[in-house]
Amino acid sequence: MSMINVHNLHKKFKDNVVLDGIDFTVDEGEVVAIIGPSGSGKSTLLRCLNLLEQPDQGEIKIGEASLGAEHYGKKEVVALRQQTAMVFQHYNLFRNKTALQNVTAALILAKNMKKSEAERLGLEFLKQVNLEDQRDQYPVTLSGGQQQRVSIARALAVNPKAILLDEPTSALDPELVDSVLRVLRNLAEKKMTMIVVTHEIEFAREVADKVVFMADGKIIEQGAPNDVLRYSKNERTRRFLQQLDKHKEVPV
Amino acid sequence: MNFDFGYMLRVFPLIFNYIPITLLLAVISMIFACLLGLVIALARQSNLPGVKQLAIVYISLFRAMPTLVLLFIIYYGLPQLFPSLSGLNAMVAAIIGLSLKEASFLAEIFRAGLDSVDEGQLEAGLAVGISRFKIFTHIVLPQAALNALPGTGNTFVSLIKQTSLAFTLGVTELFAEGKMIASASLKFFETYLAIGLTYWMLVIIYSWLQSYLEKWLGKPLRRA
Repeated sequence: MSMINVHNLHKKFKDNVVLDGIDFTVDEGEVVAIIGPSGSGKSTLLRCLNLLEQPDQGEIKIGEASLGAEHYGKKEVVALRQQTAMVFQHYNLFRNKTALQNVTAALILAKNMKKSEAERLGLEFLKQVNLEDQRDQYPVTLSGGQQQRVSIARALAVNPKAILLDEPTSALDPELVDSVLRVLRNLAEKKMTMIVVTHEIEFAREVADKVVFMADGKIIEQGAPNDVLRYSKNERTRRFLQQLDKHKEVPV
Repeated sequence: MNFDFGYMLRVFPLIFNYIPITLLLAVISMIFACLLGLVIALARQSNLPGVKQLAIVYISLFRAMPTLVLLFIIYYGLPQLFPSLSGLNAMVAAIIGLSLKEASFLAEIFRAGLDSVDEGQLEAGLAVGISRFKIFTHIVLPQAALNALPGTGNTFVSLIKQTSLAFTLGVTELFAEGKMIASASLKFFETYLAIGLTYWMLVIIYSWLQSYLEKWLGKPLRRA
């Protein structure tokens, strides 16, 4: 059953076309990796799904909520946002709140849950990302990997139909990437629907059910990880992947 | 040297009686200035047509006008246009003038404080379904307050001192009382020095309070 349905999505920043007619679907429990060169519109696509960017044209349907880009009201925005949660490249934790408070903030402020109940639940989610011992620490005292795991717990806490992850490991030191990928693998095994914009090709190959390659605001090709990442017949895709490979061989 | 130390010590208790008036002027003006300053800071960032321009003009005008001139306009000038204002209490006029003046400084300080909180936290809040208003009050404002505190503190210190201008409207506060004592005893140096030291003491006490406040608000942002 399709959980996310995007039809003919367009987005311009002034005269710059960023999304040029995007169509794609994500099934329940599916992990979709979006790859592509920078400026290809990957992040914008993700941010349109929860209206952090306003699309100009097209339809979005997630879970029970749907809207047309041409005209929608506040209620529809809220309804659409309630379907998903987002994990950001730079974590974007609330800096004045502890790890646990970051997780419980939405429960208390948006879902009007009692504090004790929210904390009980929040602790469960911190356990899922192996950070229950850091519950009372503020973001500034956490490593990048820990901060990103808190942000994943924060996303899980709102019980989303799908999680949108915008380059979740790009800002991390290499040795911290694994701790985050481990958590994501875990979620994939539990059949959490996820869309991940990523440069971690290995991760995409291993965890994703579907890989989408984007360039110039269009989906160039999509399919099973191996079909796109290993045996692609598309010239653009192959060139992009070759460049990534070359980049890897550069000694650090 | 013609300096009566004992006299100066005797002046302190006399002028201390007027500290409450000075503090009342300062604190009440500060509260109004903070509220107005926050509104102007937000208006300064507004997209509504004209609102931003209005805020810019306000800041420019009130920042430029000397406090003394502003107080005279309000207390001596306005009743000429609006006779109903001729009964305006001098204390109230002083509070209005000081609030309007300080709000223009605070608006800029608050704007910088608000700008210092990265947009990403707002987005993160929206993405998990928290309303803009609650994100503002629970997440943005506490952090902005910390960043704005040193500048706000400076403004308050300057406000404490500017309350002495209220004497020109006939408000008997710290300075006005000292002036009367000095004219009676003709011991100008002792009296005015005592007044100056009293302001110093007030500012020192306030600075302690501010550093406690800074520690408390800054707790989340320290690594230790």
